[in-house]
Amino acid sequence: MILVEGLRHAYDDGTPVLDLPRFEATQGARWLVLGRSGSGKSTLLHVLGGLLRPRAGRVVVAGQDVGALAEGALDRWRGRHVGIVFQRLHLFETLTVRENLLMAQFMAGLKQDGARVDEVLGRVDVAEKARAYPAALSQGQRQRVVLARAVVNRPAVLLADEPTSSLDDVRAAGVMDLLVREADASGATLLVATHDARIRAHFEHELRLEDGVLAGSADGEMPKVE
Amino acid sequence: MSLLRLSLSYLRRRPLTAVLNALLLALGVATIVVLLLFSRQLEDGLARDARGIDLVVGAKGSPLQLVLSAVYHTDVPTGNVPLADAETVARNPAVASAIPLALGDSYRGAPVVGTTGAYADLYGARVAEGRTFAAPFEVVLGADVAAARGLAAGATFTTSHGVSDAGPAHEATPMRVVGVLGATGTVIDRLVLTSIETVWAVHDHREGEALGGGPAAPADTAPGALPESSRVVAVAPLAVLGPQGPSGAAPSASGSPFGLAPQPAGANREITAVLLRLRNPAMGLLYARSVDDVENLKSAIPALEVNRLLDRLGLGRTVLRGIGVLLMLTATFGFFTTLYNALKERRYDLAMMRTLGASRGTLVAHVLLEGLLLAAFGLVLGLLLGHVGASVLGRALAADQGFRFTGLAWHPGEWALVAAALGVGLVAALLPAFQAYRTDIAETLAVG
Repeated sequence: MILVEGLRHAYDDGTPVLDLPRFEATQGARWLVLGRSGSGKSTLLHVLGGLLRPRAGRVVVAGQDVGALAEGALDRWRGRHVGIVFQRLHLFETLTVRENLLMAQFMAGLKQDGARVDEVLGRVDVAEKARAYPAALSQGQRQRVVLARAVVNRPAVLLADEPTSSLDDVRAAGVMDLLVREADASGATLLVATHDARIRAHFEHELRLEDGVLAGSADGEMPKVE
Repeated sequence: MSLLRLSLSYLRRRPLTAVLNALLLALGVATIVVLLLFSRQLEDGLARDARGIDLVVGAKGSPLQLVLSAVYHTDVPTGNVPLADAETVARNPAVASAIPLALGDSYRGAPVVGTTGAYADLYGARVAEGRTFAAPFEVVLGADVAAARGLAAGATFTTSHGVSDAGPAHEATPMRVVGVLGATGTVIDRLVLTSIETVWAVHDHREGEALGGGPAAPADTAPGALPESSRVVAVAPLAVLGPQGPSGAAPSASGSPFGLAPQPAGANREITAVLLRLRNPAMGLLYARSVDDVENLKSAIPALEVNRLLDRLGLGRTVLRGIGVLLMLTATFGFFTTLYNALKERRYDLAMMRTLGASRGTLVAHVLLEGLLLAAFGLVLGLLLGHVGASVLGRALAADQGFRFTGLAWHPGEWALVAAALGVGLVAALLPAFQAYRTDIAETLAVG
């Protein structure tokens, strides 16, 4: 689950970027974080993923008060409990597809499990590319591998930042199906930050941000933003 | 998956850059390796060949030339000395043992040394095939001479006057090989040994031919030949040394201290040098001064002359070492540039590693490891180049100078070189590693 209380963050020059009094997401829930560019969506995801320490507030993710963790412990925690998919489909170009997933296990300090890697690659339908280098992948295959890497450590929380914004409707729907399926398979709470309203149908809950401030529901009981 | 695998994968991505940088370090390492091996083996070889020789006595001239000719057989002798003077020197009680040498001839570049059996004993040489020389014109070959010239017991050959084949040949007095010495790793391996009487007989015959109008050889013009006039020197009394000598002990008057047969009166026999072992080596300088005061005689302490020789080589060695160090410093900058530029291109990779759970320390270790790998590659390449190069150089020197030199040796200084080379990798990677340490994940990911 995710629990946010009194979260406030600002740029170095003091410009406020995020102000979220309270937000709670139960384990396994699917949340859509909507908002225009610069609305604070990515900042929220970074804070939830422990990539950014907020100026104020309490953030509990997967039972862990993220702010209470020292840097090294936060790194390990992130690697083991958070899966992140960025808009840029980044892979380590010098490693094979399979090694990219093994790298995720290695960096998280987990035992490297080749069987798990092969299983996940099979689930996202790129098993035949396991020994290929990223340069040999199509855009769709690359997207699947990035997703596979995000879920290979069975994260409690799966965060995705603009995963569909550059895709056509069919591809966007395909990526969302995959994200939801893998999040469900891992029992992970899924948060997708986007300005792409086409994918709303995949979510149970929405959170709308405008200029870093809550503009819509922050509660799963609240009606969806129209 | 491991950091090693990851670091290697980045190096493999730019193989040409990696190889060129490593090659720069390798050249520096190789230069220093050759220098270390050469210096050590030269010093060891010089010391080995001079072991057991406290003083060399010969004709007036350069003491270094005296040592180079009488101990290392790499220079022409300074001249000859009267046998009587040499025997007086050898009889001195300060002298523990004395070995006479009669030089001046050669066989296909191998010096012919007229001496006694004590000379082989000095180097621990044993006859491996046949027997030692006994009768006139019998020779025993050093191991290298026999191997290089394909000679064995029973073979005959003629020697040449001087240290090269360009000198006139002693065709009327052929030598017969009666034995071959086992290898010792010393100078004796590349010598032809015979009795002093044989050398005298060869030159008596040649002088007889010249006096009788026979085929006179221009001995004075032969390369490395002794001037004939040097054989007709006055036998001066050893005023300082004798008859009591420095220690005051009375010399033995009976027989030759070298074990030579009594020479006919008026023969005025000469030899080239005497290798002395003193009862008290610390008295070497004092005894040397006494010898130098005698007309016709010059002494030299091999240890001192070798040190002087090495000092002369010192500047060259310093320059070479400087070139090696300069190459290694250049490699450091090359490594730094490579890692620095590579890291700028990999900022997103580093941020992604942090996202996947890597700590700042892991990133630092990753970059340092990459520097170390690059350095290790250059180091291994350099050690290989250095040792192979030393072997090639050793063969060339063995052919040209008769100097034994091998690349199949490890100099303790190479451990310091290993540390220095790896240090190059570490130092070059320090700043890039610090940059990696400071990678701001959120900022880098936001820039994309």
